[in-house]
Amino acid sequence: MSITAKVTENENAMATVAGKLNTYLEAYGELAAERQQRDPLWLRQLREDAWQRFHAKGFPTPHDEDWRFTNLAALAKTPFQRAVKNDATVTAAQIEKFRVPGAGCRLVFVNGHFAPELSEVCDLPNTLEICSLERAIAKAMEGNAPNGSEPVGCAPEGIEQHLGRYADVRRDVFSALNTALWEDGAYLRVHRGAEISQPIHLLYVSAGAGAEIMTHPRTLIVAEPNSHVAVIEDYVSIGAEAAFSNAVTELVAGQDAVVSHFLVERENLAAFNISTLRLELARGSNVSSHSILLGGGLVRNNVHPVLAGQGAECLINGLFVGAGSQHLDNYMLVEHAQPQCSSRQFYNGILDDRARGVFHGRIVVHKDAQKTDAKQTNRNLLLSDNARLDTKPQLEIYADDVKCTHGATIGQIEEEQLFYLRSRGIEETAARNLLLYAFAAECLDRMADSPAREFVASLIGERLTELARNHQAAALSAPEETAPEEVAQPEEETQNWEGLG
Amino acid sequence: MALLEIQDLHASVDGHEILKGVNLTINAGEVHSIMGPNGSGKSTLAAVLARRETYEITGGRILLDGKELAEMKPEEAAREGVFLAFQYPVEIPGIGNAYFLRSALNAIRKHRGQDELDAMDFLPLYKERMKLLEMDDKLMNRSVNEGFSGGEKKRNEILQLAVLEPKLAILDETDSGLDIDALRIVARGVNAMRGPDRAFLVITHYQRLLDYITPDFVHVLVDGKIVRSGGAELALELEDTGYGSAEASVPAALRA
Repeated sequence: MSITAKVTENENAMATVAGKLNTYLEAYGELAAERQQRDPLWLRQLREDAWQRFHAKGFPTPHDEDWRFTNLAALAKTPFQRAVKNDATVTAAQIEKFRVPGAGCRLVFVNGHFAPELSEVCDLPNTLEICSLERAIAKAMEGNAPNGSEPVGCAPEGIEQHLGRYADVRRDVFSALNTALWEDGAYLRVHRGAEISQPIHLLYVSAGAGAEIMTHPRTLIVAEPNSHVAVIEDYVSIGAEAAFSNAVTELVAGQDAVVSHFLVERENLAAFNISTLRLELARGSNVSSHSILLGGGLVRNNVHPVLAGQGAECLINGLFVGAGSQHLDNYMLVEHAQPQCSSRQFYNGILDDRARGVFHGRIVVHKDAQKTDAKQTNRNLLLSDNARLDTKPQLEIYADDVKCTHGATIGQIEEEQLFYLRSRGIEETAARNLLLYAFAAECLDRMADSPAREFVASLIGERLTELARNHQAAALSAPEETAPEEVAQPEEETQNWEGLG
Repeated sequence: MALLEIQDLHASVDGHEILKGVNLTINAGEVHSIMGPNGSGKSTLAAVLARRETYEITGGRILLDGKELAEMKPEEAAREGVFLAFQYPVEIPGIGNAYFLRSALNAIRKHRGQDELDAMDFLPLYKERMKLLEMDDKLMNRSVNEGFSGGEKKRNEILQLAVLEPKLAILDETDSGLDIDALRIVARGVNAMRGPDRAFLVITHYQRLLDYITPDFVHVLVDGKIVRSGGAELALELEDTGYGSAEASVPAALRA
């Protein structure tokens, strides 16, 4: 009896999964036909392999250890559609508010498609190649450029060498899905020894205009040896529709290159965003990843650096601020593959209302990576009894001469500090905001002084002001002392591990 | 009208009564010292006056310039002119000293109907007061009390006092843990701030501080009540005889 029931359940589950995948299958079918002519063979093979991976595995479930704290049921059951190219009408005025002051060039993508009329392509000959990935590939396929007279902006060399070489389609189904379905994204190549002084802004806009759109933006950043560059990858929405952005960025830092990458998630609260940043660090390179998650309904932020050259340094810095029913999941996988590399992870989380946060910090030290110095810190503030955070360190060490430390804390605003500020005349709400800002701003201290940092600082300020305003509004509208509902206590813990010397 | 009038004050923490009927009147321009053994309620009195919410007033009245202090929040008390120099100043990472103090000063100035000061106006005042406390300029942009030595923290408290110019300054065991040089600097800062419009309530365990800050009145607090009051000479007498002479019933174990 029970066995029969189980079988039926499984069949149902299978049927649902198949139903869920249909929308992606259709998209892949359409694209494969278009690509028959357009794409080079190597790319078609890459895509086909990735598609088979995704198709075989489907979406992860909470039984999957890497997805234990994040349920994708809502994502899987939404029938997202591909956006038709040039269908969205987004004006320059609409995206003006997303401008990053002080940024150099800006590439804008609307629903996954390059929008040249909204972009500001900078002209830095012999220094920087920057363009739409699709156009660069089209250019490589002689005579297939979408419009011969339009400047493509860059030479396609380097794409075949790097694209898809780092993103792990075997382990990660979302990287596989992106590889199969991406239609466009940014391609950047910073020439050997070049220093790009202004940050580059890549703006990915979701504008569903009534439809639930999915996009799979693909970004490739190649920083050649000894080059310096900062890139801001920025996800925004126009309108309130749910959208699904499944982004993959491969960033290759050549020998001694210095690269800063900023991920800014500020989409609407209905948005699903799964971002995967795969960093490849050559000898002596120095890469900083700064993830600033402020918006989005369900966000998964994968950061996966591989320290693949001796003496490479990686900073993995992040802040996530969630309220309402936001779910912000951070999955770090730091791989030390070569000796004498150092990695530093610092993530701060602020969660209010019923928001949930996840920090999964996995460090893998391969057997040749002697003298590895890896550190991980995750600090969290919970502003409400119903907010919840799961933090999980995971160390896998196969070398014997390494230094790895990790620590995590979960707490509230300290009453001692609050009283100290108030005792000097600072009003309670202002004092709370000051303390919140100080906590959030720790991530700013780890950014080099630059327009990107200023930009992030102002976004954080705005978000915390919003949080404070919501609190005040809630306090004003709350009825006098109603009996609090019985709520399940969140799994709350304060732990402090420093270990594994 | 007295600046501060405490009438039959009772206060408790976590249901334990600590203050059991304190009466005290302080006029503008006066320096009062409260002495007493550990656990007698000295710090509780300071915290109640600064309106710390974990300390519950269960009876009596406190009037500050005729206004009910008991009804004020900590920030309101501060704006009305109460300042507490903490026994254990709190570290606040991420908030700069100068920014913090200017925010506090502006909150108070706004309450008084004065213009707020911008960073440029504030800086000269801040630097001048830092000089008075012999503090290094470098501390200015550091986070509040973060990584300060014990002496630097206490000097930072008096620096805040000197900038905020309260009506009633309460020093809660400011001398504890200070070496003699730091003590002199702190005392000089306090003495510079003495004036006809300002009163001090100096809480201390030891006579030593009172060698540098001469009080007009000394009160002995034992088991939540003021058991004896006198002039500066009372402190010297206590130094010789201990708090036992103030009230015979105090158990020996509580004596300093």
